[in-house]
Amino acid sequence: MDIFTQQLINGLVLGSIYALVALGYTMVYGILELINFAHGEVTMIGAMVALSVIGVLLGASPDLPGLMVVIAGLLVAIPACMALAFGIEKIAYRPLRKAPRLAPLITAIGVSIILQNVAMLVWGRQYVSFPAILPRGQHEILGAHITDLQIAIVVLSLLSMAGLWLLVEKTRLGRAMRATAQSKEVAELMGVNVDRVISYTFIIGAAIAAIAGVMVSAYYGLAHYYMGFMLGLKAFSAAVLGGIGNIAGAMLGGLLLGVIEALGAGYIGDLTGGFLGSHYQDVFAFLVLILVLVFRPSGLLGERVASRA
Amino acid sequence: MLAVLLAALPFLIGAGLGNSWVRVLDFVLLYVLLALGLNIVVGYAGLLDLGYIAFYALGAYLYAWLASPHFGLHLPFWMVLPLGAALAGVFGVLLGAPTLRLRGDYLAIVTLGFGEIIRIFMNNLNAPFNLTNGPQGMNLIDPVSIGGVSLGKSLEVAGITLPSTYLYYYLFLAATLLVIVVAMRLQHSRVGRAWAALREDEIAAAAMGINTRNVKLLAFAMGATFGGLAGGLFAAFQGFISPESFTLWESILVLCMIVLGGMGNIPGVILGAVLLTVIPEALRYIGDLQRATLGQVVVDPADLRMLLFGVALVAMMLFRPAGLLPSRQRKREFSAQDGVAEQEQASLYDTKA
Repeated sequence: MDIFTQQLINGLVLGSIYALVALGYTMVYGILELINFAHGEVTMIGAMVALSVIGVLLGASPDLPGLMVVIAGLLVAIPACMALAFGIEKIAYRPLRKAPRLAPLITAIGVSIILQNVAMLVWGRQYVSFPAILPRGQHEILGAHITDLQIAIVVLSLLSMAGLWLLVEKTRLGRAMRATAQSKEVAELMGVNVDRVISYTFIIGAAIAAIAGVMVSAYYGLAHYYMGFMLGLKAFSAAVLGGIGNIAGAMLGGLLLGVIEALGAGYIGDLTGGFLGSHYQDVFAFLVLILVLVFRPSGLLGERVASRA
Repeated sequence: MLAVLLAALPFLIGAGLGNSWVRVLDFVLLYVLLALGLNIVVGYAGLLDLGYIAFYALGAYLYAWLASPHFGLHLPFWMVLPLGAALAGVFGVLLGAPTLRLRGDYLAIVTLGFGEIIRIFMNNLNAPFNLTNGPQGMNLIDPVSIGGVSLGKSLEVAGITLPSTYLYYYLFLAATLLVIVVAMRLQHSRVGRAWAALREDEIAAAAMGINTRNVKLLAFAMGATFGGLAGGLFAAFQGFISPESFTLWESILVLCMIVLGGMGNIPGVILGAVLLTVIPEALRYIGDLQRATLGQVVVDPADLRMLLFGVALVAMMLFRPAGLLPSRQRKREFSAQDGVAEQEQASLYDTKA
């Protein structure tokens, strides 16, 4: 088995999940310049809701086709996360729109703590396992294995990204979003309902996050109330890597971070002569992130903004 | 008056709430130290730092290396503490140097990455040679001893027994007062004014002849030094350290303290640190409250504690967006006419490009 191709595939799969979560960070940041710390937790809630639905459906009739059950879970998780994000924005961020920039950051952290602990109360401290109901076919390309699930994750991610891209570039709402990101005041003068656009931004980001949450729990076979934290952190790093506020950047950053991590985990032992093991994969990811930012301070695809307006 | 109150505080709290609260009081002071240190970087210089706890970790680990059976070294605290502070300061510069060009949230993510890297190393450097003892952490760290009197044991003075937590309270109080004085003097010094200028408008600051590179590095170094000092004290007090004490959550918690209290304003920062340390402890009593009002424990208090902490964080911020005790300048800007306020806020304490 070719380790390089294998790690590349694993990295791309993980990276496409990171990219989906990163999109939510980057869209909100592009419009509000807010690090929506609670976004990782929204992803976690998506996974948890889907798992609950799957559990109920399987409990009712265990012979339902697995794929259908998972899709049903996803279809419940998406609106649940959308509603959640709508509520979060309305309660915790909107009243602080004119406050100093770090104030909504703190409420975001607060919301994130609240969501984690609500999830802990509802779903418990234990890992919730994802039932093995999905088809488990395996294919071989270039000497490496790829599972049906991995293919599905990549395809679904690409479809979501394409959908988002169409939405932002081709629709009225997308144009309103881009206008709002450039200047809230001017957009408002042009007749854009800025509050509504911001709500939509959160809602769309949450829908994508729900998809990512279900995928990540299916991929690892489990979900946990704390899983959103690290996932969110990685995704945010990915968004920054690509240039925060830039949608294509978030996709690129996510994929890149996933690949770097996987390759790093695979090769770090050889690179350092066995001195550092694969548990340093996060160090590797962060180190690359820091290096990229040192040489390209506004991320890979970020625009070079004048340092102060 | 205040001095008497501060001196008597552990006795009042020990008598009123029990000795476990004196321990909480010690931690309050440690967090005040940390918050004041981070306040230099974030509040004074306007550089958003999400990896601050790494410096705390460095101070703590250096203390543990030089004063525990781990390497068989038992240097006295007055040597180790400054060394720890200095090491943290050096790392502050090391982190600051490559990030000078970064602004705002890019800086935040780099500092966050730095904090995680330090923690992961602490967590894994038990092989190939055992430097940090990995996730188990290091224990049996020497307590501080002053003039042959160990603060790790109770001390009897004039018929009154002072438990270890009381003794550490006075040590931490001394350190905190020192840091408060330094922080206050710094704020109004030439460097402090340079930081304020940098925070408000970097280009204008550079045009006024401020060497922005050196001034930024100095902010990182000063903040890190305080963090390292607090870390050393923490290691000595606790006698045990492990990477778990130095997670990203701790960095975020300290940041919450200063933002919630009122960034850049020393009394505000202290208030924030006190509140955010005491609230989670006070919330341990929810179990008793449930028994008293509902007759039984309905929800496990440990589960509810952090939830209510999050709610408190959101509520306090919504209620006082500029912080509980904002600095005078900030308050003025906040209550100014809408247009003016917005204009000023575009450059105020924000770290955006």
